[in-house]
Amino acid sequence: MTHWIVAPIILPALLAPFIVLAARYHIGIQRVFSVAGVVALIAIAAGLMWQASDGTITLYQLGDWAAPFGIVIVADRLSTMMVMLTAVLALFVLLYAIGSEWDTRGRHFHALFQFQLMGIMGAFLTGDLFNLFVFFEVLLIASYGLMIHAGGNARLRAGVQYVLFNLLGSTLFLFALGAIYAETGTLNMADLARRVTLIDAGETVGIRLAAVLLLLVFAIKAAVLPLHFWLPSSYAEAPAPVAALFAIMTKVGAYAIIRVYTMVFTPDLEVTSGLHTTWLLPAALASLAIGMIGILAARHFDRLVAFAVIGSMGMVMVAISLFTPTSITAALYYTVHSTLAAAALFLIVDLVRSGRSDLRLIAQPVVPGAVLTSALFFAAAIAMAGLPPLSGFLGKLLVLDAAFDTASAAWIWAIVLISSLIAVVGFSRAGSILFWKAKTVTVSEEEPNETASPPATLSYVAVGGLLTLLVAHTVFAGPATSYMTAVSDQLFNPEPYISTVLDTPGKLSTPKEGY
Amino acid sequence: MELLVASAIGILTAGGIYLMLRLRTFPVILGISLLTYAVNVFLFASGRLSIGGPPILRDGVDFYADPLPQALVLTAIVISFGMTAVVVMIALGAYLGADDDRVDDPVDASAGDAT
Repeated sequence: MTHWIVAPIILPALLAPFIVLAARYHIGIQRVFSVAGVVALIAIAAGLMWQASDGTITLYQLGDWAAPFGIVIVADRLSTMMVMLTAVLALFVLLYAIGSEWDTRGRHFHALFQFQLMGIMGAFLTGDLFNLFVFFEVLLIASYGLMIHAGGNARLRAGVQYVLFNLLGSTLFLFALGAIYAETGTLNMADLARRVTLIDAGETVGIRLAAVLLLLVFAIKAAVLPLHFWLPSSYAEAPAPVAALFAIMTKVGAYAIIRVYTMVFTPDLEVTSGLHTTWLLPAALASLAIGMIGILAARHFDRLVAFAVIGSMGMVMVAISLFTPTSITAALYYTVHSTLAAAALFLIVDLVRSGRSDLRLIAQPVVPGAVLTSALFFAAAIAMAGLPPLSGFLGKLLVLDAAFDTASAAWIWAIVLISSLIAVVGFSRAGSILFWKAKTVTVSEEEPNETASPPATLSYVAVGGLLTLLVAHTVFAGPATSYMTAVSDQLFNPEPYISTVLDTPGKLSTPKEGY
Repeated sequence: MELLVASAIGILTAGGIYLMLRLRTFPVILGISLLTYAVNVFLFASGRLSIGGPPILRDGVDFYADPLPQALVLTAIVISFGMTAVVVMIALGAYLGADDDRVDDPVDASAGDAT
């Protein structure tokens, strides 16, 4: 049994206390270890992804206990892809945090960052629903610390809302888990997949309730309308690198929906029939619309980007809610794109903020470094709004193509296209106010503006790196989509996953009774 | 016993939700605590209610309590305890900083919101 699968969880888990205990007062050492850890994570993730790329499903039994009793960690194509995405995103976010010196504005940034990575990696890799809850809590509790990093009244206040909303989400998650356990007697996803099909059609009330509750919990994480209210103010008030890292957290919700609802509560199952098309699809379309309208309506630049995140999550959820192999492929392609684009936009917000007194969308005098920032914003806005030539366009095209034959195609096409237009208008408005109208404002004599220095080179490198990844995601769209087609093929054929998890021998694996 | 446990969970949940919809942080945190109590009892009951059964499976023992929900509920208790401590600290920080313990967005800042 190879131990590499658990390494993405163990490595940050060991690094974080080391940073707290040994390198507490040495920001330099913290940075070195943090960056080295993330680079090692990328290497490990690349290895795991290569291992999983031929369809191998690798299982890791914690404590060598066999599946339904022990906790298992499973690496298949989807998990390793998300781990890779997280690791790459984390590297650029970390570089930005170091370049902009955000990590020195409060304490324990790097330790919390590593704990957050541990939680995200664990959530992507685990094969057990209760363990998923635990890793959700790990990533949340680290995110509470990161969210209020550097303090400030507005940030603390947004932090309270964020924490309370997520505590409520966690409580709902526990209710869902309790209901699932009461109905099926297991919380292992593979075991659950087998047992749910055996429930009599007449006795599905409990499991139906559990499926809906679980969807609700993941929808909170993914900020799907009408459960998105926590997102705008917390993402806008969070420190920029943290908000950029949070771009992957909404994707954890999307990942969990894909994982659980392709394997356990599949759309063709009678228990959950109609759940996706009746509930998830309209909610996804509404959050797409609200997100894009929010881009146009926002009066603060940071809120604008937060609404862009809601919109792009809506887009991902539209693709997911169709639940066909092609639509899941499109959803995965768009997930990668939306994570990178949202992170880049949040970092650009911080670049803009560094030269201004606030982030209201009004013209203020030109600041040093504005040309480069505006160029980066232009690229990121094109990507996020879904204009050619960047990957947002290809992602939307894939979603529209996947929706072409479905019953709700007219709705999806109309809302996606109209909302894209609104987003384009919103982004152009913001960009022209922030960067072009600045030329028309003359610097008044009594307002000294020389204090603003251009952002550090490393900050630009980080944002540029994210945008380069977006370009690569566009240029290599062919290989990327064929890989994601393989991912969704594996998702829609869950039997190898289930048999790998349940039939691998371990302690206690002697079958006591049949199902 | 089923009625007692079920109504206890129901009343705790109802009280928790009512308190959680309040405007100030203190009742909201109390509401969250009540909800976590409710969910803990619920998790505990998810392994079926039985009295006096040993939670260990042995040869020759037919009547036993499901040990797994007990492990789950211990984890849930620890996590919710830690989370409550965190939210109390953050809420206290926000209150001391702003001299105000409302949980909604402040009016002056939210004037520019899109929502």
